[in-house]
Amino acid sequence: MLHVTELEKTFYPGTPAEKHALGPLTLTLQDGEFVTLIGGNGAGKSTLFNAIAGEFLPDAGWIELDGQDITFLPEHRRAALIGRLFQDPMKGTAPSMTIEENLTLAYLSAGRGGTLRGKTPRRAFFAAQLERLGLGLETRLKTPVGLLSGGQRQALTLLMATIVPPRLLLLDEHTAALDPATAEKVLALTNEIVREHHLTCMMVTHNIDTALRTGTRTLMLEDGRLVLDLAGEARAGMTVETLLAKFRSSLNSDRILLPGSSAV
Amino acid sequence: MSLLVFSGSVEQGLIYGLVALALLVSYRVLDIADLTVDGSFTLGAGASAMLVLAGHPLLGLLVAPLAGALAGVVTALLQTKCKVAPILAGIITMTALYSINLMVMGGRSNLQLLRTETVFTAVRALLGDNVGPLVLLAVLDIAVCALLGLFLRTRTGLAVRATGDNPAMVRASSINPAVTTLIGLAIANALVGLAGGLIAQYQQFTEVGGGTGTVVLGLASLIIGEVITGRSSMPRRLAGAIVGAIVYRLILALALSASVTPQNLKLVSAIIVAAAISAPAIKQRVQLAQKKRKAVREHAARH
Repeated sequence: MLHVTELEKTFYPGTPAEKHALGPLTLTLQDGEFVTLIGGNGAGKSTLFNAIAGEFLPDAGWIELDGQDITFLPEHRRAALIGRLFQDPMKGTAPSMTIEENLTLAYLSAGRGGTLRGKTPRRAFFAAQLERLGLGLETRLKTPVGLLSGGQRQALTLLMATIVPPRLLLLDEHTAALDPATAEKVLALTNEIVREHHLTCMMVTHNIDTALRTGTRTLMLEDGRLVLDLAGEARAGMTVETLLAKFRSSLNSDRILLPGSSAV
Repeated sequence: MSLLVFSGSVEQGLIYGLVALALLVSYRVLDIADLTVDGSFTLGAGASAMLVLAGHPLLGLLVAPLAGALAGVVTALLQTKCKVAPILAGIITMTALYSINLMVMGGRSNLQLLRTETVFTAVRALLGDNVGPLVLLAVLDIAVCALLGLFLRTRTGLAVRATGDNPAMVRASSINPAVTTLIGLAIANALVGLAGGLIAQYQQFTEVGGGTGTVVLGLASLIIGEVITGRSSMPRRLAGAIVGAIVYRLILALALSASVTPQNLKLVSAIIVAAAISAPAIKQRVQLAQKKRKAVREHAARH
């Protein structure tokens, strides 16, 4: 499914601001695997996502998705295969366009595109999908998205990203900016949608408990490298306390706690 | 205002409504202040006038929007491929167009189209002096509005709208913003070129400096239209652009009859635009000041 091989990235090479951000990192995700990703600030979680999504080209290594080498594929071409959600709920929707227009755009833009032609069948399909969110949005298709709350917008973004199931779903702390109740709801929705479409998914979270309870596998990044890969029984037997202890020891070597010292 | 002045204003409003539509696409939908317009208006006018002189007025109205679209493409490429700031990209194209327009016009700085066949002389002969141009322009505007409205509902049209509405979203989506910007600016400048082409045939005259201030004039129309029809739906906004342009022309006609001299017209336009755009900010300041005074009064009353 997803193969990341020997991926490396250094930002601003040869300058005083040089930062080794990623790698060498090798990672394989099986079809339908739901991976949670943890690590301190600056560990390279978002950088890994950005590399996979194509925001920058890596210095070395390659990325394969679904048997296709996407290392040099432009960002917008990859986006047809990859669904993305960000922490900021404002980032995923167009505020002055209506719910229906946002969904239509997502539906017609994704991968091979949706198969429903014409407005009426699409509208019925959208309403049915929106109803599952349980936010009452199905009756507000003509409402500009800008009038929705952050939680509603993030739920809508999740729906847009999966309305045509993507090959890979990248969730970058997509519940971090929401209030606890809404965050829980969006997370439950995420689980439901990922399970239903059998999506391959990676989710960044800072909540260790969520990281262990959600999905099928947990990875920890440190200095752009994989330092922990938990799955199966090892993951089932892992407690929040033990993982937190590992996380702390990883953080202790992290220069963000020692702002005076220079990069490793 | 005489009936002649009134119908003349409506006719010109219908022509400049196309410029307002163009600015709806570039300024409102794409969120780009596209200054190419001043150049592409004259480009359309020049191309149309030359073809009128060659005996092909209808062909002139086909070539004018194509030429305008080409100018829009140049501005879009400067922005997206060469990373020139949007305003500067428009200024660069506009400046280059001054020379190009002179070339198009055969090196002459103005062209007279008196006693030549234009689409307007044809339609006057067909439908009568009074209603001919009105019917032609009204039909044309309705067709353009309908086509633009339909386009903005397609996948590509929605992508163009999203590009101006939330660039962050578009960057992370399968939409290529370079393509949507190019499509948007090409359409906008095609409309401007068509307006230029029409005005040359309508006034039977064009000059190389004729496009100066077209942006401001189009903006004024657009904003007046928004005040009249609101911005709640796309059909309203499209109709608003045309209505705004007509109202703007009527205001200008009134200003002229109230002894504003023609050379002051652009000043009047600029003041209308500046006032309209700054109105929300001024309103907010006034409200804030009122709120403050009220709070101070209430505070004083309590103690």
